[in-house]
Amino acid sequence: MTATEPKPARTRLIGGPGMVLLWLYGVMVVGAVSRSAYQIATDFGRAPLAYTLSAVAGVVYGFITYSLVRGGERARRAALVCCAAELAGVLVVGTWTLVEPSAFPDATVWSDYGMGYLFIPVLLPVSALYWLRRAHRQEQHAA
Amino acid sequence: MLDALTLATGVAALLLAAWCGWAAHRDQPTKDWHFIGMGVVTLLAVVQLVVGFVALARGQKPEQGTTIFVAYLLGAFACVPAAGFMSLAERTRWGSVTVAAAGVVLAVLEVRLYDIWGG
Repeated sequence: MTATEPKPARTRLIGGPGMVLLWLYGVMVVGAVSRSAYQIATDFGRAPLAYTLSAVAGVVYGFITYSLVRGGERARRAALVCCAAELAGVLVVGTWTLVEPSAFPDATVWSDYGMGYLFIPVLLPVSALYWLRRAHRQEQHAA
Repeated sequence: MLDALTLATGVAALLLAAWCGWAAHRDQPTKDWHFIGMGVVTLLAVVQLVVGFVALARGQKPEQGTTIFVAYLLGAFACVPAAGFMSLAERTRWGSVTVAAAGVVLAVLEVRLYDIWGG
């Protein structure tokens, strides 16, 4: 792996706990993308807002997953921004679904703070933000 | 037949999760025995995949739609092997955590499969 190479060009973001994050993000990508693709293809008119939000969530998850695999400082920063956006999305949509359920005839990935997904959607960005910040500090120590 | 398999796979997945969680707790990476465990769980998922397709071929219809059913069958099949390979790349306790997470995810998928089939 890249860790054994003499000159690691990029910060490795999927070492240790990062591997668990990568797995969970991978699961969320598959979950959100396949779910929204199916719903948009079959019955978009029923809940356009909910299905579009699920699709957006899927794209965000996909980008974070890619950034984690790629590694390096720019990918780390991009992932950091996306995780913050993801957290904001979960909180906004989660609150929205509780306050105004009529806007959502069908659930999104982020409904009720991701309760249908074992709250992973709200726990994941928090742990990812923590991990990405720590990865940065470790790199500074190494340098 | 499918219900029994779903239950067996779900329970096996949870056992795998507990086992790998224990390994992570003891600060150990996944070892040969864990991979045999993953093999057993994956085998159950493969049998489930085959039985599911046979049921579909015989004209049985899942309650919530064939597409969703097939998607979940494939997901359940890929879940543990994917985490297994990742734990090969991560030879620390975090590899064990990954496989444990996969076991929990698979158990959830099995519950969903049960609902989708209409048990």
